[in-house]
Amino acid sequence: MPPFVSFFLRRLLGALPVLIVVLVGSFLLLEAASGDAVDSYVARSGAMDAEQMAQLRQEWGLDQGPLHRFRAYASALAQGDLGWSTAFERPVGSVIAERLPVTLLLMGIATALAFFLGSLLGVLAGARPGSFRDRFLSITSLALYAVPGFWLGLVLIVIFAVDLRWLPIGGIETVASGKSGLARIGDIAAHLVLPVASLAMVYMALYLRLMRDRMGEIWRDPFVRALEARGLSRRRIVWRHVARNAVLPVVTMLGLQAAAMLGGSVVVESVFAIPGFGRLAAEAVARRDTPLLLGVILCSAVTVIIANLLVDLAYGKLDPRVRAGR
Amino acid sequence: MIFWRQMNFEGRAGLILLAILVLMALLAPLLAPGDPLAITGEPMLRPFTSGTHMLGTDRLGRDVLAGLLHGTRTTLLVAFSSAAVALIAGSIVGTLAGFLGGIADTVLMRITEAFQTVPGFLLALASISVTGPSVATLIFAISLGNWTQAARVTRAEVLSLRERDFVAAARTLGMRPLEIAFREILPNAFGPTASLAAISVAAAILIEAALSFLGFGDPNRVTWGSMIAEGRAVLRAAPYLSIVPGLALVITVLGIHLIGRGLSRTERLQP
Repeated sequence: MPPFVSFFLRRLLGALPVLIVVLVGSFLLLEAASGDAVDSYVARSGAMDAEQMAQLRQEWGLDQGPLHRFRAYASALAQGDLGWSTAFERPVGSVIAERLPVTLLLMGIATALAFFLGSLLGVLAGARPGSFRDRFLSITSLALYAVPGFWLGLVLIVIFAVDLRWLPIGGIETVASGKSGLARIGDIAAHLVLPVASLAMVYMALYLRLMRDRMGEIWRDPFVRALEARGLSRRRIVWRHVARNAVLPVVTMLGLQAAAMLGGSVVVESVFAIPGFGRLAAEAVARRDTPLLLGVILCSAVTVIIANLLVDLAYGKLDPRVRAGR
Repeated sequence: MIFWRQMNFEGRAGLILLAILVLMALLAPLLAPGDPLAITGEPMLRPFTSGTHMLGTDRLGRDVLAGLLHGTRTTLLVAFSSAAVALIAGSIVGTLAGFLGGIADTVLMRITEAFQTVPGFLLALASISVTGPSVATLIFAISLGNWTQAARVTRAEVLSLRERDFVAAARTLGMRPLEIAFREILPNAFGPTASLAAISVAAAILIEAALSFLGFGDPNRVTWGSMIAEGRAVLRAAPYLSIVPGLALVITVLGIHLIGRGLSRTERLQP
């Protein structure tokens, strides 16, 4: 087995206790809700007599005690079955599988963009601490860091979709456009510009600040003096030595922010009417679909764990000291 | 005002912003008497066109300025309370984990990790779906996803403190373990945790705004998030209805971040 595969498997196994805590915790939390799926189903669909309700409860397994239901849920889960979504009247697994790719695409592009732009601008700011460029970028990033993503999304819609009409107002692709191949990819890309921008902006500002602050610290390190004494060009010192060291905490932060970004996608997807995983969470709450909400919580935990794993792998690539200790 | 003098320019700017916001919150009933959710005028009045409605009205004819002022109360109340709850809960968990060690430490840290793995916003949503929306349940829901960092920081601090001489001295005096943990160690470990306050408050403001934007806020209170959502219905005709409360959010969060930076520069809270 190649070393990174065994590393991957070992880490996933190590995450199992955490996942079990998530499962038990969210099950307990949702258990405390007053009214069950049948109540909300009746509230939506209208009249239903007590007998029919009892029958439906039996069908959905709601007439059993909580412990019994937890055992049934956990044993189904062990076989990869996430239960039945009462709002969509389909298996939870298939609803999530349909919604997750859009959100992963959105988050992936937003993360990549925030990371590259943020660290690039961070290097520009940190290359000469205290310069005008540094102050300008620092103040801008502080202001951007305070902007809520969903509101930024609305402002971008007003500017680029309503006033300028450059970009579509929402959705993930033009409905029934009959586009295929490259034209379809272009269409989806045009739909993703604004949501990606509103999701990525905050993180770009965060990575900029992190990069800049860390570079400021590294400049004071004696090894930089040594490099200068050896006659290395300033450009080489900035990019090869100072920036390379400063990017490590930014990479760590990528993993830490995975959960926050997934949470942010809930609102951003609602603003842009994107049928993704984030919006599914809001729909599950609004329609009181407990099995779906449970599935969404579990899947987001798994997503966050895998994102952190990938970050750790990348970290090992960037920092040889970590690889040695693995 | 030692506090003020130790702050740098950024910190002072943040303090001034926060002071203005607190004033807005306190004076809201005087400046805009009555229910901010009541219909008081013609719908969709533009800002600065009417003497009685400075910032205009929304699509139902509710005063925007009144909403903004009363919204400050909800925002500050919910954000500061939930940050306080999160910091206190986090430092208690962290102290217990660090002081007890062993199995208790492992279990508590696994739980902390589990909370960090689930997006805080999702936790808040799930919790609101169970309890229903009100100010108290919002405070609880938001702190659910906000306490983990405080727990980690406190635990690290406690681990470095628990072998110190003053703890040994307390033990010789015959203090009970929990008494030592909470009366001797926690107060000394709280400094670094308190420096998380600014980040926690800012995060709480944004989560509260997002929740009420999605319609999961307290329906009996006006909030900036709900005003943005309300304005969204007429985004084409009156974009300012969404933009103005959003600007209030940006300014508030910016003020909190500025104070946080001012604090970390003076390192008053980091012994």
